[in-house]
Amino acid sequence: MGWGALVTVELTVFGCFLALIVAFVAGLGRVSSIPVLRWVSSIYVEIFRGTSALVQLFWFFYALPLFGIRMDAITTGILVLGLNVGSYGAEVVRGAILSVPKEQIESAIALNFTPWTRMRKVILPQAIVTMLPPFGNLAIDLMKGTALCSLITIADLTFQAQVFRSQTGNTALPFIGALLTYFVIASIIAFAMRKIENHMTRGLDMTKRN
Amino acid sequence: MEWDWDFAFQILPRLLEGLLVTVEVTIMASVVAIICGLPLAIARRSRNPAIWRPTYYLSEFIRRTPLLIQLYCLFYILPNIGIVLPALTAGVVCIGAHYAVYTSEVYRAGIERIPTGQWEAAKALNMPAHSMWIRVILPQAIPPMIPALGNYVIAMFKESAILYTITVLELMNSARSIANWTYRYLEPMTIVGLLYLLVSLPSAFLVRYLERRMKEV
Repeated sequence: MGWGALVTVELTVFGCFLALIVAFVAGLGRVSSIPVLRWVSSIYVEIFRGTSALVQLFWFFYALPLFGIRMDAITTGILVLGLNVGSYGAEVVRGAILSVPKEQIESAIALNFTPWTRMRKVILPQAIVTMLPPFGNLAIDLMKGTALCSLITIADLTFQAQVFRSQTGNTALPFIGALLTYFVIASIIAFAMRKIENHMTRGLDMTKRN
Repeated sequence: MEWDWDFAFQILPRLLEGLLVTVEVTIMASVVAIICGLPLAIARRSRNPAIWRPTYYLSEFIRRTPLLIQLYCLFYILPNIGIVLPALTAGVVCIGAHYAVYTSEVYRAGIERIPTGQWEAAKALNMPAHSMWIRVILPQAIPPMIPALGNYVIAMFKESAILYTITVLELMNSARSIANWTYRYLEPMTIVGLLYLLVSLPSAFLVRYLERRMKEV
């Protein structure tokens, strides 16, 4: 089961990394002034938020190879978790960007900043602070989602717990053990996110610190 | 592999039957979550540490562990101590209890959003506690909760797919059994995805519409 926990951590880390990239790309796409970018990212967000990670996992695992796209299970798992959580992250990015006060944007325009510099130097630094707490929750959601990967043959913690159960017939030990392990991993993520939040909000008294 | 329309139409009735079960599970789990969230929210607001602390830790524990493992625990461990739940009941209880933690947060936030002035005014008018709740606090607290609860109902609808692992014959299970019998995965899996979208997208739009209306008030 130790190896299983390692696979769970691996899925979580790579999944979060992918989700973060996807969230920014799609989130910026959602607030873009170019209609095509807006439509593409909106369709992506709606589709991935409208179905569960399990449905997406099965579709990518069973249906996608029929189109000639073959990936091993772990890659599929990371890709689906990243895209799934990324779609929720995109909404966080979008909401945070829209919550930056109008005057900030107007003054950046008045200073003749290019749209890119405006985004990078004025809007994002303020928006990121708002994004952090929901990102922490999404990271924990993603970690919880990795349990579903056991259903597409990935030997993660949940999978190993099932193996243990079928080999020994003992049910309480593997499942309660897995439950506790997940709790510990989630608590580590929550702790790390709080540290990052404290670090990023240092010196900003406009944000509530708790 | 080509998309086979005949096959798709042939399996559609069975998938729709599965969808019906999924909707039933969602409704029952929502009832559990909406009812059980209330005592959790009250316990969490209690001033007595012996009450709010255990509630807080239990909520965090449920929130930080995967629903799938919780489901396995309920379905596989409980029979050890003599409690054998039918798969459907275990699934409904598990999803309902999991989301009760989330609905309790909605209740808590909704009650705490009421300005202190309202509480003080009710007290100043010498209102008894029950009429303060029924006439002052709840009428203001409940409407903004509705879209938030709606979001969790949609989440339960989508997440209920995991119940196939404990043999509940819902949408995902219908698709899997068709796929296992016919060795055709493309059509059942795609239709399942579309059926989930068909229900969840309009519901999500409705919730967003309600959210916007609440903000305007």
